[in-house]
Amino acid sequence: MLTAVFWVLAVVAVAAGIAVFTVDSMARATVALAVSFVAVGTALLLIDAGYLGVITILMMLMEMGIMAVFMIMYMMNPGGLMPMSMLHNKRGALAISIGAFVLLAAGALLTPWPQRRGEPPSDVTRALGEAVMGSKMLVMMSVSAVLFATMVSALVLATGRGRYDGDEAPAAEDAGGGA
Amino acid sequence: MNLQMFLLLAAALFAVGLFGALSQQAVVMVMMGLELMINALVVAGAAFWYFLTPQAPDGQVFVLVVLAAMTVEMAMGFAVTTLLFRAKDADMTDMAAELRG
Repeated sequence: MLTAVFWVLAVVAVAAGIAVFTVDSMARATVALAVSFVAVGTALLLIDAGYLGVITILMMLMEMGIMAVFMIMYMMNPGGLMPMSMLHNKRGALAISIGAFVLLAAGALLTPWPQRRGEPPSDVTRALGEAVMGSKMLVMMSVSAVLFATMVSALVLATGRGRYDGDEAPAAEDAGGGA
Repeated sequence: MNLQMFLLLAAALFAVGLFGALSQQAVVMVMMGLELMINALVVAGAAFWYFLTPQAPDGQVFVLVVLAAMTVEMAMGFAVTTLLFRAKDADMTDMAAELRG
């Protein structure tokens, strides 16, 4: 039963992924990507990764909501007024990606994976929380620093007036002192 | 369900994302391809955790880091796209070829 559910979710995830690059509207592509993420998040729920599955679904739905705005901003064929191919070098890309799939699938099927060690803890989410606040705290501290740096640098890059408010960059000797 | 099935799903998602990242002309669509490839990493990471070492939390923490990387990729990608568009009206990969060697 669970296996059947998994295969349905897998087919939905991959089909939605293919739809991302075959629909002719970039807004629809965003929705297709969201469907793919929801299917993957639900598949994670099947293997007891409750927290990870839910956070994948919630985060990716929000992310696709934001992404849709940008997609519409940069849409190549708004309202179907400028029909054009969104692809270049389709044959080469197809060959490379099919090759990558065959290679990865062969690796997945032919590798003698080790036996499962241990059983999942009774409360998986609690174990994750304790790891994040204990033995793996350094990982999460680094991630938070990276996220903060991302916010700052994304704003600096995207803002219209730029780093120097439209003026020329100051000379090197008085540029010290940071922001 | 077993590890191989999840890895097959991850391989398929990765290959589809790779196709998109290589073939799309719009910079933002290339980012969609990258997102799909990272999506595959989420599947593979969670499967390795559950089917090989469910007792250790490392696999789950890895998936959290991958999710964070996905967010960072999207934020920085849109920032760079916006900068490119402001600087030279370029929204396609072929229009931003200054770094071609």
